[in-house]
Amino acid sequence: MPEMKQLRDPVSRRKFLAVGGSSTAVAAFLAACGDDSGTTTTTTDSMGSGDGETAQFGKGDVGILNYALTLEYLETAFYADVVKSGLFKGADLETIRKFGAEEAEHVEALRAAVKQLGGKPAPEPKAEFPLKSAKSVLELAGTVENLGAAAYLGQAANIQSPEVLASALAIHSVEGRHAAVLNTLLGESITPDGAFAKPADVKTVLKSVEPFLVG
Amino acid sequence: MNEQLKTPELAAVEVDVEVGDLSRSDVILKGALAAGAIYGAAMVSPFVRKALAMSESGDVGILNFALTLEYLEAKFYEEAKSRAKAKGELKSLVNLLAEDEQQHVEALAATVKKLGGKPAAEPKFNFEYGDTAGFLKLAQIFEDTGVSAYNGAGPMIKSKEVLAAAGGIVQVEARHAAAIRLQNKEEPAPAAFDTPLSEKQVLKAVEPFLV
Repeated sequence: MPEMKQLRDPVSRRKFLAVGGSSTAVAAFLAACGDDSGTTTTTTDSMGSGDGETAQFGKGDVGILNYALTLEYLETAFYADVVKSGLFKGADLETIRKFGAEEAEHVEALRAAVKQLGGKPAPEPKAEFPLKSAKSVLELAGTVENLGAAAYLGQAANIQSPEVLASALAIHSVEGRHAAVLNTLLGESITPDGAFAKPADVKTVLKSVEPFLVG
Repeated sequence: MNEQLKTPELAAVEVDVEVGDLSRSDVILKGALAAGAIYGAAMVSPFVRKALAMSESGDVGILNFALTLEYLEAKFYEEAKSRAKAKGELKSLVNLLAEDEQQHVEALAATVKKLGGKPAAEPKFNFEYGDTAGFLKLAQIFEDTGVSAYNGAGPMIKSKEVLAAAGGIVQVEARHAAAIRLQNKEEPAPAAFDTPLSEKQVLKAVEPFLV
């Protein structure tokens, strides 16, 4: 885990790393830390220096929250456009409405949290999404939700405040639920990373959403 | 940045394992003021109660608590392979869940050992159900409870590595929960926020299945 330069608790870290060797399970468990995945986080912002990979969104937790807020804005706009597109009916439309409403709640909660920390909520990005067919839209939704879940997972250990972390975790698992539903609709595995979900770093996530940003 | 909010939180994450519960409790109480902004004022009191209800201290305690839940889930799905009368898509799902939970058990037990602790012993379980519907009903309880248990424990975890890894597990539990809920024709993501549960609440939920 070379990306973890500093730790909240050096004692635990020493103990954690003191014993060498590993079983498959341990290797898999540690892989969840991102040390051998292609989406390793590179932040060194564990002590609140404000120089983490979310620095462009603000310092410390505000930056992380604004990064999450930006993604939630995109998800909310995406689902709203999908509902308007008329591509879905019945149960699938209801699912899309429900997910969209939940993303909107995430937006509100994150905006409030940023303000509570004394920060300024990130502006809503302008975005356009390709809405050609029900299948391509579901595929895009699946990509977005799996990426969203991975984005939260990538930041969890960087969060300083226990309250912010509690909120981020409460959202993270809901993104995971959304992702599993879309994967099911697409006939794909509900757990594409196996028993341990993998994180995504900021760079990877932003690069993935860039094609949908306008202006 | 509001220093009055920020400072106690930073203090919280730098608390040494040996410092014990007192300073941590104090920190959580102060920090809970900020939680009101996120969950609404009504959530502050339950948050505090939940956070302080964790009986064992330190990451080993949290990992062993998670291990106990994973033992339960692993055993439940292993038995379900022969007992749940699952067919087709559900049969594949049961196999997948059994495999995932078993991997969680092994990873958590190994991590407890790495931290110098002793993995919790596997309890004996008794799952009472007679058919597929009964199995699915219990599965939904276990998966939703698992998600809330990890979410409740997350902010108490001291090591960033353990936290990141626990995050990788809870997301998988959430995916399981959604898949089981789809089987039950229930909302897969019933709320925008998965409620955290304390250790006490979780143990109460699983107690009927312990022998």
